[in-house]
Amino acid sequence: MSSIAKKKGFGSTLWDYLTTVDHKKIAVMYLAAGGLFFVIGGIEAMLIRIQLAKPDNDFVSAGLFNEIITMHGTTMIFLAAMPILFGFMNAVMPLQIGARDVAFPFLNSLGFWLFLFGGIFLNLSWFMGGAPDAGWTSYASLSLASPGHGIDFYALGLQIAGAGTYIGGINFLVTIINMRAPGMTYMRMPLFTWTTFVASALILFAFPPLTVGIFFLILDRMFGANFFDHTMGGNTIIWEHLFWIFGHPEVYILILPAFGIFSEIFALFARKRLFGYSSMVFATVLIGFLGFMVWAHHMFTVGLGPTANAIFAVATMAIAVPTGMKIFNWLLTIWGGSIKVTTPMLYALAFIPSFVAGGVTGIMQAAAPLDYQLHDSYFIVAHFHYVIVGGVVLAILAAVHLYWPLMFNQMLSEKLGKWTFWFFFIGFHLTFFIQHFLGLMGMPRRVFTFGANQGWDLFNLISSIGAAFMAVGVVILVVNIIITVVKNVPVGNDPWEDGRTLEWAIPQPVPFYNFKQTPLVRGLDTFWIEKMEGNKEGMTYAEPLSDIHMPNGSIIPIVMTIGLFIGAFGALYNGEKDWAIPVLVLGLAITFGAMAVRSLKDDHGFHIHKEDLMNDEGGK
Amino acid sequence: MKTTMKEGFDLAMMRGLKKWRLFSLLAALTIFLSGCGEEYLSTLTPAGQVGRDQFNLLLLSSAIMALVIIVVVIIYVIALVKFRRKKVGEDVIPKQVEGSHTLEIIWTVIPILLLIILAIPTVYYTYKHADVAAMDQVDADGNKTNVTVNVTAKLYWWEFEYPDLGIVTAQELVVPTDEKVFFNLKAADVKHSFWIPTAGGKMDTNVENVNQFYLEFDDTSAGLEQGVFYGKCAELCGPSHALMDFKVKTLEREDFNTWVESMKTTEHVADGELATQGEEIFNTSCIACHATSGAGTAGGVGPNLASFGDRNRVAGFMSHDEESLKKWISDPQSYKPGNLMPQPKTINNGKEFSEEQLDALAAYLMGLSVEK
Repeated sequence: MSSIAKKKGFGSTLWDYLTTVDHKKIAVMYLAAGGLFFVIGGIEAMLIRIQLAKPDNDFVSAGLFNEIITMHGTTMIFLAAMPILFGFMNAVMPLQIGARDVAFPFLNSLGFWLFLFGGIFLNLSWFMGGAPDAGWTSYASLSLASPGHGIDFYALGLQIAGAGTYIGGINFLVTIINMRAPGMTYMRMPLFTWTTFVASALILFAFPPLTVGIFFLILDRMFGANFFDHTMGGNTIIWEHLFWIFGHPEVYILILPAFGIFSEIFALFARKRLFGYSSMVFATVLIGFLGFMVWAHHMFTVGLGPTANAIFAVATMAIAVPTGMKIFNWLLTIWGGSIKVTTPMLYALAFIPSFVAGGVTGIMQAAAPLDYQLHDSYFIVAHFHYVIVGGVVLAILAAVHLYWPLMFNQMLSEKLGKWTFWFFFIGFHLTFFIQHFLGLMGMPRRVFTFGANQGWDLFNLISSIGAAFMAVGVVILVVNIIITVVKNVPVGNDPWEDGRTLEWAIPQPVPFYNFKQTPLVRGLDTFWIEKMEGNKEGMTYAEPLSDIHMPNGSIIPIVMTIGLFIGAFGALYNGEKDWAIPVLVLGLAITFGAMAVRSLKDDHGFHIHKEDLMNDEGGK
Repeated sequence: MKTTMKEGFDLAMMRGLKKWRLFSLLAALTIFLSGCGEEYLSTLTPAGQVGRDQFNLLLLSSAIMALVIIVVVIIYVIALVKFRRKKVGEDVIPKQVEGSHTLEIIWTVIPILLLIILAIPTVYYTYKHADVAAMDQVDADGNKTNVTVNVTAKLYWWEFEYPDLGIVTAQELVVPTDEKVFFNLKAADVKHSFWIPTAGGKMDTNVENVNQFYLEFDDTSAGLEQGVFYGKCAELCGPSHALMDFKVKTLEREDFNTWVESMKTTEHVADGELATQGEEIFNTSCIACHATSGAGTAGGVGPNLASFGDRNRVAGFMSHDEESLKKWISDPQSYKPGNLMPQPKTINNGKEFSEEQLDALAAYLMGLSVEK
């Protein structure tokens, strides 16, 4: 097989993507699917803010509102933020460590398809009798009482998508442990790779409790078990524990990669080495560790008693210390640097005050007695949007601009990028800052409407206007992307001119085997070192040019996923339709059959020959 | 608020358009000042010791956090102003600094100290607000010295039982001022959360266990805009979660004792022909679920109506007049989706209530009072 790129028809391109195991193509698919879900979740957010723009509004009904908030939260966390971050991890991390692909390319593809079909399954609920309506936390007494199939879609959809995330996490861990180029020691890894590593470790330990909790929920709702039914000896608080033992690390799974992205941006656009690199690594690991010790701060009002509350309050406060270290290290990175305010840098600069504001309100809520007032009010809504939008979403938007040239060899318009930024940034603060006060003024969260003259009318209207600004920002981004893709002007490698890490050294468009010769890493910011020493090529090589072993594409991941997708409908209608159990069995048979084919049929991959490589100047 | 805004506007006009900044400043100020919310609902206007403790913790933590924000913003702004590429020059390669141990120690130790300052009152109040030992105190005669209320949260209403006093009410909690009031909290169907923002933080009503805490009220609620504090359900519990409001009436101890006595001895006599008609309808259609005597224990299928006429709201959130009452009775599902009150057809021989029947019911229910 030759490595030379050919012009392909639509059908073969489609087949290429369905079967690909290339981390760069999988990254594109994560980004596209995650972006689509981000827009869907955003539309749901707009519906929420329209409904709450004025008191006693009847734009949506009470029950529908609960479906919208549930799907907004679930979609944004599981189907937008995490997959988009996975997209960037896939696109960037292997290049940063000098690898030709991830450790398990087949699993990488499987992880993506599981996420996508889990997300599609969850969203089919809109068309099949109603979406889940017990909030993204799906607390057990309400989730068991909820009529219809909404919660069943939630449980089965998240189980499928969650399996994909879990597989992805393991894959990244093994990749970073095993696939680093010669010289790329742990303490020379770029911060984005480090945060990917720690976030993946969090996935490894945080997702099993969620999986167990959701299996209990599936068994309770569809197969007659009673794990959460207190009248039968079950206990609803168990769900809350399982959910938050997952749920709290989950926010660090989201924010740590965001920290990684910003660390790259600050160093790049301040033209300066990241200040306190080793303490940044230490802080990342410490945050990951402490993230598992604090879940009960989501449950201060559950009645766990003062001792549990006091311990979890103090433990939660402790997280502020490593997080503060990071903030000051970023500030000292730009201090004394040469700051160029590009669109990604604009997001990074906006992130600092936004995230600090979100962080300090987190500390306020760590004070348990104060949290009794703030919990489940609009204050908490403001807080977690400040950290998730002000942290994760700003990082995602920054990364879209930063890594677009790396992924597509095109540059998004800086002008439109800045327009997006200002609309989004102003809208974000307009929407959420005022919600702190709504909470303090007694407004509970998750209310489908509110009575007039309780002192909340004006602030809710302001909040809704802010949401419209954010929407305009996102629309401009979409326009920007469309224009850029249509224009298709190639930009080459190191488009930001001050690239420091290995991914910017690769010729553009990135060849499908990434590195013709595995690079030799001679220090932190290896590309920067080479450039400073006048190495035009940007890389020193660790090996002579030789044949490269590559994996074959495979359709099996998508077949395995479709099996689970079909089986989920069987589980969903169990006890209601005669065909339920046969369909469940059929679905599982497809999945296990596909697994058997994969196990029994040897696939040795293929080799790119040295001669082909020598003629190849890069190309897809 | 309106006057400030108008004054601000006049002022700005007088000094000419260049002073528009002053106007926007005043507008921002009015928004800020209105940020305290309503006296009967806001956590920023605490009405008792528990709420005040928590409010003080809010002030302390806000002060510490403001300090942190100020430090960050100062460094941030200076860095942004001084080190822009335009300023330092296009081709300058900054010194590649590795880090600084001294700085690392400073920004590790100072935050730890700040957190210790916050952690001490946090732990203290956590234990203080969970201390319900005084709940079982008795006087020389063996009577409980403090009022205890058993709260049962139901879809979508609140039942308040006073186990030591032998009375029960719903939707409007009545408590004495200037003493600790203890609560046993439980849910009857799905999880809810009991929250009176002015009095103090919330506590969940779980389905499988009883939670306990206490609240205090300094003043009688009579001076408030509507004579009551607002209470809310703070845990998503279904479609009408947003409408699961209750009210709190606080009375001085003597008035409270009087109220308890009249609750114990409620004997409603329908007043007038219309109300008597209403009572008859009530006794055939409604009484299976709704009690009209204040004496009793918890466990009502529907809210106890002994003091319905004294209340501040119909169904917890609609204005307290015959108009709303008739609307509510004739179609409870459309006003509070998902609630368990039967539609008229199922309790009135398969027919909607006629206008006359509704008038009669409303007249009867509005007459149910223990305070007259």
